Amino acid sequence: MMDEGTELSMSIAHIVQRLKGSHLHSQIERQAKDCLHRPEIKLESLKEDVRSFLKTSGWEKKLQNAIYRELHIQLPPSHPTAPLEHLKEPLAYMRKAQASWEKRILKSLNSMSTELGVPLARKRPGAEQKELTNKWNEMGTDEPGLQTLPRVFGPCSHLRVLISLRNPNHDSCEDVSARSHWGLIQVPLNVRDIPQLRQAHAELNLSSGQLGIDDLAHVHPGIYRKQKDSLVMEQDSAAAQQYSRRGCPTGLRADLWALILNSTNQLQDMMHYEQLRAGVIQHNLLVDNLIYKDVKLTASNDDYYFVFEDFLYQVLLCFSRDTAVLEHFKYNSATPPKSYLHGKVGDEEYAVVYPPNGVIPFHGFSMYVAPLCFLYNEPSKLYSVFREMYIRYFFRLHSISSSFSGIVSLCLQFERLLQTHLPQLFYHLRQIGAQPLRIAFKWMVRAFSGYLSTDQLLLLWDRILGYDSLEVVAVLAAAVFAFRAENLMEVTSLASAEAVLADLSTLKVIPLIQIFLFATAI
Amino acid sequence: MNEVSSRQPVACAAKPPVYLQIGESKAEPVQSGVCVVDVPLPCGKPVSVEEITFQNHYTAYVTVRLLRRPSGQDGPTKWVTALRDLPLMDNPHTERGSQDYHCIHRTQMLVEADHVVSVRLILRQPSSAWLTFSLEEIKIFPHMEPEPQKEVSDWLSDLILVDQLPDVEGLPDPHTVSSSLQQMWALTEVMQTNQTTASIGRFDVDGCYDINLLSLT
Repeated sequence: MMDEGTELSMSIAHIVQRLKGSHLHSQIERQAKDCLHRPEIKLESLKEDVRSFLKTSGWEKKLQNAIYRELHIQLPPSHPTAPLEHLKEPLAYMRKAQASWEKRILKSLNSMSTELGVPLARKRPGAEQKELTNKWNEMGTDEPGLQTLPRVFGPCSHLRVLISLRNPNHDSCEDVSARSHWGLIQVPLNVRDIPQLRQAHAELNLSSGQLGIDDLAHVHPGIYRKQKDSLVMEQDSAAAQQYSRRGCPTGLRADLWALILNSTNQLQDMMHYEQLRAGVIQHNLLVDNLIYKDVKLTASNDDYYFVFEDFLYQVLLCFSRDTAVLEHFKYNSATPPKSYLHGKVGDEEYAVVYPPNGVIPFHGFSMYVAPLCFLYNEPSKLYSVFREMYIRYFFRLHSISSSFSGIVSLCLQFERLLQTHLPQLFYHLRQIGAQPLRIAFKWMVRAFSGYLSTDQLLLLWDRILGYDSLEVVAVLAAAVFAFRAENLMEVTSLASAEAVLADLSTLKVIPLIQIFLFATAI
Repeated sequence: MNEVSSRQPVACAAKPPVYLQIGESKAEPVQSGVCVVDVPLPCGKPVSVEEITFQNHYTAYVTVRLLRRPSGQDGPTKWVTALRDLPLMDNPHTERGSQDYHCIHRTQMLVEADHVVSVRLILRQPSSAWLTFSLEEIKIFPHMEPEPQKEVSDWLSDLILVDQLPDVEGLPDPHTVSSSLQQMWALTEVMQTNQTTASIGRFDVDGCYDINLLSLT
């Protein structure tokens, strides 16, 4: 345990190192130089005057927002002798499980490549590059035969891996008893119970106004207008995040989310996006086919999202080429897949990451992007927001880790909430062979995208951003079961249980979450 | 902080952990959830302990006791408690903190960790959820006295005594030269530290991205 002073100075040094050489750094330097002409800057008090100029012109706020963003993706303080892999994931058996799952995926991708005779990466000939450039805005009209496309990895195999997770040091009794855990997840992670969730999500309590409830009842809009005007003016990430806990007004949501994520759309962001686009045009990757198939099977079939098909290609294909995403593997338990150039196997100088961003897309991946299309219509802005959301939250939904917001913890939390507060329902479902997680998993792994109506989904994602945690997803899953408990008690098979929970599009999420968290008797 | 990397732990080997058991008969011992690990320091020279580092393996609380020999060779030894029930896991039944790395510094201890002959770690794990618990990679770092500066400065002052300035007519003032040299040195330092961590973003190697199959190792 390092003392707090040392931890703090290491944190500060680390953040300073990361921000040095960034575009913001050079912009602030330039501003500081330019302001020397201004009359209010005096030589005797140069330092203080420049500082107060940067404050009043809003540059200090931008720096604060940048630091706030770094804090979100910073590794937790750790012991100096702890190895890097321990920082990614402290539990050895989880690291092992993640590594072996990754290996299976890589083997599968390799055999896909050999069986279909399609190389993992291929440079496009000039004519093909030109054609793609012309067709960039309407890639959805290109219909490669779906049957020739490879199989995409899905959540079923993912769930199987999670269910089989075992701690070799855990003395787990296999018999069902009042003490044992009835669910599928058998690892004893720390998850929060309702009293702790109430404390952590105090802004959701029944006596606070929420967007998603009170705006529907024509409550005096003045309350929100005053707050949001000052928020937009101040451009403060931390304040925006706090505000988002009670929901964002529809008209402001796009700006607020961009502010919370510190996602800018300046010249260098647009240039970065263009660079990625060039990468897509130059090289054809096998994972592009996975993306095509995923979009065609999921988003294109969805009533709300099919109109955004082209946007989805534009974002996801570029996402695969973005090496900036590799940074998040410092705190992700996963490891990016590696390969070598032809003829140079084993030569580290010719080692590359595949795909360039290290993320192999799976069935349903495009649903992380689809809801954002309602908020942003400019591809580079949409891309920037999506990428930040992925490296902060969505990656946790498909890697095996002990993190609070990781999919393993969310599944366990869902099951524990159900077992503690709806024991009769859980027992009944277990008896008929309808383990609740088998139904709820697909909702949680997509953060409910594609299952809720879009306005409700965005209200849920407001809270994910506001609380910087995915726990509300597990809470909502439990709340949905609680809401339909009466019908579920009458079903006698997994299929009928699934039928009861098939359509969530009419649900209003915030009342459900509120009632489950704050009106459940303890 | 350079001292951290250059210091060496005391060469000692922890004895095998002794798990205390309840129950009279040897046939059916019941785990008590308490384990004792003794780390005898090399005999002959009592050590001042600076830090004890280890990796946890499902231990919930640790108590540190020190065997001290305050009055030189062959003097009486005494056990003292340096730290009582330090929590290593948030909740003994769940995973958090179960495999974390820890370090106990002498400033956290209740007594002065000087003239230490042996260290005893008493581990407690009250939860029956775990099959076994222990601490791994136990290392004890001795307290390093800062080197006495006196000798070095004596040597330096001997040099400075020879202070006869040679004739410097026509040459630039040595102070100006030295200060501009210092400025140049400072500039190179700043340049080195100002290297950006931003990557260029190229994923290919010299324009080529024709790869083999994915590496499985």
